[in-house]
Order: sequence, then C-alpha cells, then structure tokens
Amino acid sequence: MEREHAVAFTLNGERVACRPAARTHLGDLLRAEFGLTGVHLGCEHGVCGACTILVDGRATRSCLMLAVQANGTVVETIEGLTERGAVADLQDAFHVRNALQCGYCTPGMLVTAAELLAEEAAPGREAIRAAIGGNYCRCTGYHAIVDAIAAVAEGRAAREGGGA
Amino acid sequence: MSGGLTFLDRPNSYIGRSVPRPNARRLLEGRGTFVDDVAVPRLAHVAFLRSPVAHARIAALHTAAASAMPGVLAVVDGPALARVCAPWVGVLGHFKGLRSAPQHALAVDRVTWVGEPFCAVVARSRPEAEDALAAIRADLEPLPAVVDMETALDPGTPPIHPELGDNLAFERRLEVGDVEGAFRDAALVVEETFGFGRHTGVCLEPRAILADWNAADGLLTVHHSFQAPHMMQDILAKHLALPEGAVRVICRDVGGSFGIKVHIYPDEMATCALALMLRRPVKFVADRLESFTSDIHARDHRVTARMAFSAEGDILALDMDDLTGIGPYSVYPRTSAVEANQVVNLTGGPYRHGAYRARARVVLQNKAPTCQYRAVGHPIATMVAEGLLDLGAARLGLDPAAIRLRNVIPDDAYPCAGVSGIRLEKLSHQAALAKLLAMMDYDALRAEQAALRREGVHRGIGLSVFIEITNPSAAFYGVGGARISAQDGCTIRLDPQGGVVAAISVTEQGQGTEAVIAQVVATATGVPLGMVRVVSGDTQATPYGGGTWASRGAGIGGEAAWQAGKALRANVTAVAAAILQARAETLDIREGAIVDAATGVERMSLAELGRIAYFRPDTLPAGVQPEFVVTRHYVPKDYPFAFTNGVQASSVEVDVETGFVRLLGHWCVEDCGTVLNPLLVDEQIRGGIVQGLGGALFEHCLYDSEGQLLNGSMADYLVPMAGEMPDIAVAHVVSATASSEIGAKGAGEAGTAGAPAAVVNAINDALRPLGARVSRQPVTPETILEALGAI
Amino acid sequence: MKAPEVAYACPSTLDEALTLLSRHGDEARPLAGGQSLVTALNMRLAAPALLVDLNRIPDLAGITRRDGVVRVGAMTRHRDLGASDLVRDHLPLVAAAVPHIAHPAIRNRGTLGGSVALGDPAAELPACCLALGATMVLRGQGGERRVPADAFFLGLYATAIAPAEILVAIEFPLPEPGAVWGFQELARRHGDYALAGLAATARRRERGLDAVRLVFFGVGDRPVLARGASAALAGAGIRAAQAALDADIDPPDDVAVKGRTRRHLARVLLGRVAGGMLEGAP
Repeated sequence: MEREHAVAFTLNGERVACRPAARTHLGDLLRAEFGLTGVHLGCEHGVCGACTILVDGRATRSCLMLAVQANGTVVETIEGLTERGAVADLQDAFHVRNALQCGYCTPGMLVTAAELLAEEAAPGREAIRAAIGGNYCRCTGYHAIVDAIAAVAEGRAAREGGGA
Repeated sequence: MSGGLTFLDRPNSYIGRSVPRPNARRLLEGRGTFVDDVAVPRLAHVAFLRSPVAHARIAALHTAAASAMPGVLAVVDGPALARVCAPWVGVLGHFKGLRSAPQHALAVDRVTWVGEPFCAVVARSRPEAEDALAAIRADLEPLPAVVDMETALDPGTPPIHPELGDNLAFERRLEVGDVEGAFRDAALVVEETFGFGRHTGVCLEPRAILADWNAADGLLTVHHSFQAPHMMQDILAKHLALPEGAVRVICRDVGGSFGIKVHIYPDEMATCALALMLRRPVKFVADRLESFTSDIHARDHRVTARMAFSAEGDILALDMDDLTGIGPYSVYPRTSAVEANQVVNLTGGPYRHGAYRARARVVLQNKAPTCQYRAVGHPIATMVAEGLLDLGAARLGLDPAAIRLRNVIPDDAYPCAGVSGIRLEKLSHQAALAKLLAMMDYDALRAEQAALRREGVHRGIGLSVFIEITNPSAAFYGVGGARISAQDGCTIRLDPQGGVVAAISVTEQGQGTEAVIAQVVATATGVPLGMVRVVSGDTQATPYGGGTWASRGAGIGGEAAWQAGKALRANVTAVAAAILQARAETLDIREGAIVDAATGVERMSLAELGRIAYFRPDTLPAGVQPEFVVTRHYVPKDYPFAFTNGVQASSVEVDVETGFVRLLGHWCVEDCGTVLNPLLVDEQIRGGIVQGLGGALFEHCLYDSEGQLLNGSMADYLVPMAGEMPDIAVAHVVSATASSEIGAKGAGEAGTAGAPAAVVNAINDALRPLGARVSRQPVTPETILEALGAI
Repeated sequence: MKAPEVAYACPSTLDEALTLLSRHGDEARPLAGGQSLVTALNMRLAAPALLVDLNRIPDLAGITRRDGVVRVGAMTRHRDLGASDLVRDHLPLVAAAVPHIAHPAIRNRGTLGGSVALGDPAAELPACCLALGATMVLRGQGGERRVPADAFFLGLYATAIAPAEILVAIEFPLPEPGAVWGFQELARRHGDYALAGLAATARRRERGLDAVRLVFFGVGDRPVLARGASAALAGAGIRAAQAALDADIDPPDDVAVKGRTRRHLARVLLGRVAGGMLEGAP
C-alpha cells in the first residue's frame, strides 16, 4: 500500500496537483505546499474551527480531512474567497464592528458565517450563536461577531428587497 | 500644547473616536503573519519529549534509535543543552523571601511536572520529529509527587527541591488597623471559603518561536509569538551568553496572548539554543496537547475569608487567608508570587473600611507552573470581597446595590489610599454604580425576578465592584531586579509625501495597540490617520520598551506617542515657519497641511514641505536643519500604578433540577480614564468578561492525585463558546489620570477582573431562597446540584 | 501532533474495500467521515497500518424508503440526514438529534455509519438507532447480515461489526400509528458530548404509553435501553419510571462529572421527555 498518493483538485479556482503523504491532513498540505497561511491550525483535533475551509462548497475542518482525500474536490480557503469577493460584505462588517482581535479564528469564523448565511437568509442572534458555536474566539467575547453577521444578513436582505 | 488646544478639541482629533483598526484588514483576508507562517530556508523543526509523570529522576535516556530515524538532525538532552543555555531562577528582590530553584531549558536530572520537556528532537519536519520522539526510551525513576496544595506544607510532605527545605515559595502577611477589635465589636461576621480552579489561557495560536542563528552576521533572529520582545532579547542574550546586539526578536501577528506569552518557557529557550548549536533555523510550534501541559496555568487559589459588619451594613474589617499552588518552579522572570501578592493588595480595595488582615502563602507542587494570566489576582480578590458583601447584605436584609453604594470609597474622596496601602488617584465607584443600575434597569429586573420566583423560575442578579491595576511603573518589576522595561518609547518620522511612520515599543496582540497609536499620532502630528503607519514588535526597529502587559499599551505607549507627535509637530511647524516667514506659534498642522492656527487657512501642504526638506534642502533659509524624526519616552512617575475601577452585573437563570445556568445578560460600566477608541475598549471589556465567565463556569485544569492532567485537550477543557455567552452591554465613566497628558488608563483586564464575582453572586442570588450557595469555581451543574442537595 | 505514518487506499467498490480489510486484518481501519478517526490519528491514539477510505464507494450514501423501512446508507453525512425530507417525515427523532451533533462543519463531513460503527457511548445517533429499533446492515466477504440495534452495541466502542466487515446501511422501521418520540440532552456547551441524553420512542394509547423505549446516552459504556424504566413508564407512569431507572443505569465517575450526577440528570431527562410524550408534544 502506498504512503503517498497523487492528488489533483481545484484550489481557489486553480487546478493543482501534488503528492502528499497519506498521514498529512489537508490543513498542513494547504499551508506547506501552497502557502495558504490563512488556514490556521489551532488544535488539530477538530474542535477550534480555525482551520475551517470549504470543500465542495461545504465548511470542513481541514485538520480532520486527509490531504489525499482532496483528490477531485473543489477547495476554497479564505485567500480564494477573498479574491473572488465571496465574503467581502462579511469582511467589511467584521472590520467595522471590530469583530476580531488577534485574527487567528477569523478565517474559520468567516467561512462558517458564509455557510450559515448561504443556508439561512435571516438567522436570529441565537441561530448565529449556535452556528458559530464550534469556532473558538478567545478575544472578542463573540458579541461583536454576532453583531457583524447579523448586520450582513440584514444588508443582504435589504439589497435583495431593494432589487425586487 | 500649541494653539491652546487640548487633544480632544484639536480640529482633527481621532482620539475618542471608534476608528476601525487599520491593521485588521490583513487578518480578515488571512494575510496575517504568525510565527508558523514565516518562511525561512533550511528550516528545522523541533519536538520535545515531555515528562509523562509528575516527578521522577531521569536515570537514563536511550536516544540512539531516535537519532537514526529518517529526517532526524539531532537529539539533544538536558545536560547537552545546558552547555549552551544557562539555567534561571524566578525570584525578585521586592518579594522578600521568595524562593525557587534553578530551572533548565531541558530538565537535567529530574522532571517535575507532567509536560516538562527533557529531551529535544530536531528533524527536517515536525512529523519526523514526532516519529523519533516515539523511539526514545526514558528510564524514569518515580519520586514522590506533591500534588495537593493543601498538604504541600505538611511536615510529612517531601520538599520538591530538597535544598529549599520545604515547599513554601513565598509568604506575605499584612495587617492594617484594629482587625481583632473590629471583629469583636461587629454586629455581623460572615465567613466563606472560596475555591478558584486552576485554568489556563488557551490562546488560539499556540506558543510558537522560530530562531535563526546566522553565524556570519553574528545575529540570532527570533520570530516569537510574544508580548515583550525587548525582555526576550535581554533574557536570550543573558542565558545564551550573547551580546544584546546579537539578538533580534520580532513579534509580528500574535494569535492571542492574555499574559500567557510574556513568560520564559523552557521549550522556547531550548529552541533558540538549538538554533545556535545546529547553526540553522529551528522552529517550535506547541501543539494543542502540549499547550495544555506546558503553557502557564493560573489561579488555583483557596481563600478563607471573613468580613465584619455594623448593624447598618458598614464593612468594618476583612480578614483573609490565601493559599495557592504554583507548580514546581516560580516562573522566570516575573515570578509566580505576583498573583497572591495582588490578591493581598486588591481584596476589598473598592471599600472604605479601615481594618484589614491578609496572609498569602505560595506553595510548590508537581503540576504545571502558574504565572500571570489576564487580570492576575483580580478575579480572586473581587470574588472574595463581593461574595462576602452579598452574604452580609442577605443577613442584614440589605439590597446588594445599596450595601455597595454605602461602602464604596466616595468619588470625592480621592486621591486617597486603599486599605492595603495602594495609592488611588481618582476612582468613580459611585458614578459607575449609578450608571450601571440605570443601564440594566436594576429595579425592573428585581421586580421581574420576584414575579418569576413565584412561578418557580429561579433567576438571580449579581453585582461586582472591582478595581484594576494598570499602567505599572517600575514598581511592578524593575525595583525587584527584573530587566523588564517600565518605560516605552515612540519614534515618528515624517516622510516626503507627508505621511508618518511611528515605531512604538508597546506591542499588538489584537487588542488594537497599533490602531490606538495611529490615532494618537495622527491627532498629535496633524497627519491624516490614513497616512500613519505603525511599526511594532521588533527589537531592531522600535525604541526600547516593555511591550504589552498589565494593561499598559494605551496608557504608556499612547502617551509616548503623544509626546513624540507633539515634538514632531513642533519641529515641522518650525521649519514651515522659516519657509513661510511666519512665527511658528501661529501655525498648526491639520489634515496633512500647515495651516494658520487662528483661521485654519492652508499655508502649505506637508508634501510640499517634505519635498523641500528632503530634496531641496538647499533652498531652506540658512541655519534651518529639519529634524523630522523625533523620539519620546514615557513612564508613569506620580503613582506606582494607575488604578481603574468598574462594576459589573450578571443576570442568570438556574435550572434547579439540572444545575444548568443560563446567562441572560451581562453589564459593565468601567472607568479607564480617557477612552482613546470606544470600539476597541468595549471589545476588550467584552472579551475579558467572557474569559472571566470561562473561569467562573467552565475552565478547569483537572489533575488526579498522581499529578496527571486529565483534561488536556480542547474537547475536554471547556472554554466559553458563542452559544452559551450572553450579549454584553458596556458603558464608561471617565476619570482621566493626571499622570499623563492623554489621561488614558488600561482596560484590558477589567472584564476578567469582575465577571466571575458577578456571575457567581447572581447564581447565589438565584439559589438563596432554596438555602443553597456555591463558592468553588468553576461553578458547574454538579456544583450547584451538590449545593442544592439534589445529588 | 502529527499522525503517524499510514498507508491509504481509496477503493471504488465495496468488494474492493472488503478485500482490503480482509487482507490486512486488524492493521486496517475503514475511514468514513473521519471526524473521530482523523482526530485519533493526529493525536497518535490510533496507528493503523492502512486506512481504507469508504468515501468514494458509490451507493453507500443516500436515504430511501422501501418495504416499510427508511434505509440510510452508512456514508450519509449528518448534514444530509438532518436535511432529508424522508427523515423529517418518518424519523423525526433522528431529525431532532442531528443539530445536537457537534457543529456544522463536523456534521458536513461526519457520517451516520461512522458514528454508529464507532459506538461512542455519548453519541446521539447510536442511541436513536437503539430507540427506533433500527437494523444494522453489515457486509463482509461472506455476504450480508443484519443485526438488530438491540444486539449491536456490545460495550465501550465495541459493536457487533466483525473484523473485515463494513456497516453499509441502517434500516429504520417506519413509525406505526400513534408513535411518539422525545429527545433531550444536557451538554455543558452546545455541540459537546452530553452529560446525559435521552432518545425515546413509544406508542400513545388512550391512557398512557406502551412500546416504550427509553435509550440513554452518556451514562454508561454504550447507549443504554432502560428496560425497567421503559416498562414502568408504560405501566405506572413517570415517577415509577424514574425510580426504576436506578436499576437500569450505573454511570461511572469520570473526569467531567460524577456518576451520581449523570444518574440524577438522566432521571430529570426522563421526567421531561416522558412528560412531553404523554402530552404528545415532543
């Protein structure tokens, strides 16, 4: 049985190929092989949420997925989401509301928030708190993060309402 | 100040405005640079063999198999490393009698806690280093472990360090006023034993250090996730026998610190020593499991205390006895005696009683070392006084708000001294309490509580009045011999296009230091905020200073920036005056232009002035030499510390069947003097409150009787998460310190100082009709069920 | 905290996977959603020689209704389980349990089969399977066998899955008329493993309940069908059931909490969940 495997996948819109060791988790691969240092490893046991990325459009703990399992998938990190503007309103709201301090949780928090808002247009504060309940933030006390996500939900609703 | 303006009414003042942090944008885009993100050629990775037992003699280490493993560059044990890195002892001169033993970067002959590093493997990759760790065989001969702090001083308990004779590291006693008389004559005496569980910081970015020894340059460059780069530089130089100039410490983005990242850690010192030994860059990033056993822990206090009252509810005296276990060594260089010392200094500090007795004993034990973590001692001191006060109020039939208003030192009494001798410049307990009670609609909440109680719903309201130590002078560490700078500096340079670069010696870990410095610099110099760049966290690039800890960044670093900015403005207007043939005092700088101070009419842009000064100095009037770089330093001198104050309230609902507590609301009014940036201060307060709530309700490092940490993973060590935390309302009273022109005091620890007492008092308020109370943190459902006699 | 060396295979058929497992015996581990196994690998608590990835095998995921059962493929992700109309309509107990499983990103990848095969005593889905009287469909090289949930959970992380067998699906009987259910758990933080949890099913009669299955999780070495309490609830009501529960469960002390606390919480949950089922409001 092989301990390294050729994998090819779409990473932030680009086709990439590499040959990771089977034991390497996806977070390590993205950081070491592709320099995507926005993937933050806070615990490597799936609890802190800092390494959360999108795999085939779903929020995924990159530390709990083997790099070899990325074969054939579409992977997006905060770098790619930023580049295509997918989380621009969230980033703006987090900035204005100071919904981050050290910034270590922030990429994972943004990915989690983006998935929430894609699935639920108008989550209440409690739903927002539940959705980010698996993303540690040790700095903010969460209140500002909830405010920022709620503001984005309202902003998106207003824009869509205005266009109707 | 020029033009007779104060900083607040300067026309382009950014001070007091909620300006978003300019440096936060990169973090939002995942473009921060944390230590693990730094790319260096030939980088090697180190992993540490850590003690699996609490106390043992290292009889033998068999490393040959590990050395032969793929990718392994070196396997280094304690004696080998000690030839490069000298040991240290964590004591300070002003803590009379404080004792500890020499501590090595890698344990040499004994391991003294579960997690202590005693051998290092350096390999081409971290996985290979870990593979090799598993191949090391260590013969460890068990020694008796001292685990329970309550028995650490028993005659039968063996001393961890035989040369010390016993396990008492430090003891402090204080007696003020007629304590015995006060208790004898009191109408009421209440007593309680409070427990404060051991917890830890859980910075989301684990500790990390990358050391790169370039022998050709004679320079050790250290990228460090740390709060105090100059302190680290000094200590590395001392213990690695290098000249100061041969060590450069760079702290770029730091993923949370909270005091965890301001201490000397054996594994980090070892990493730097290994870089010297191997002559190549070596990186250590603590993984989450080793973080729990090797980051400093904090708290772990047991306080027995009593309070004497008059029949009317005046506090007459406070008597307390604090016992704390600090692990096997006092942590270098700040020592592990500080928390207990602060408990003695702070307990009862908001109140005006005249009799106080305290004893604090600090004992050694075979658990992870404890040291200063956010709000050092404050949550303990606050809980003790606030818990006793509520007990007294209930017995006397007084409302908790009323008894506090009755006993706080009145706002018009300052300056004065607190009962422990602390010097208080200006506090605002009465104003803060009044504001808090209005903000939370205290009376309505009480009415609702009473109505719900009749329906069998058990809600509680808890109050917590606190003081906080901020802006420390050299009295904190320097007087005890620690080479930790109390002063800080700021260098500002005007560049040709009219922007400025400010290099500041206080550091950024997300609290917004750089943003606040930018605001102060923009206000002082008259340069628009968008044209201010701030540089911090580099011993080669900033003035010498202490870094950020003890809520000092804004108050001390901010004043240095203010003074430097004013001086630069004076230099710049002087040159402009020479060019414009005007008197300097008639000119000002506003929004990037030299203006007529009286009318605000622009006379010349800074860009034009920069052009002339830098590229056409030949056209300047004779004798004019622009000095467009200015440095100023600041250290508080009037008071040893700038005390702040505040009050918090918590509203909870207790499910008396399950013991679960739901946090319904939390409020905080605090007074940090001038609020430089309300947006940032409020989030500091909120984050601090949630850390305090974590310690009060969730966080606990659980050890068994053998000294094994039982819950050292993120799944088992519970930190507060979004789902359980309440919204938090924050407001301010402003009592600026007169020690500085900007008048800012610290705010970083206020939230953590007061939150535990507020929530524990709220829980007890809910439980009071049921005849139950809790006093041991964390207050878990089990604690509450036990108090209720349900289990 | 990096995983030890391991080999990896990603078979595209179930037979191929079974062959690999058979050939490598104890040295091989099937890899489902990985939300527990990769954690164990990273912590070096597990060190299999070979990982057999089940994620690329067609037909292992999906939810169908046929022959009086809802059949859920083992590789169905928690998220898809929670979002399924079939599950919402026919297995409301499961739909209610899913939001309590960890957090969204974990539910996106974690699978029903992985959770059931791991058999964590504090997990929600094994308890639901037991409460609903599900049947575990196992495949080995010798063919398929079906094990009722009652005979499936054998101990701490121990199940009836034989070496070189793979859990391929779980079949839940469609609820009978009058079926009621209840689900509650008490976790310190949302998404944590519960200090105690209860998944319950019953049939409502004109007076009271019968066919009661009270399954507690987080209170023993496996999900526990509280037979005495279930019978007492059907026959004599809530207080009798709470009294009978003491003989059904014996939670040990552990790091997080004392056994007697879990026992107390289980009793409280019984009262609340049974009260809801009696009122018809889960």
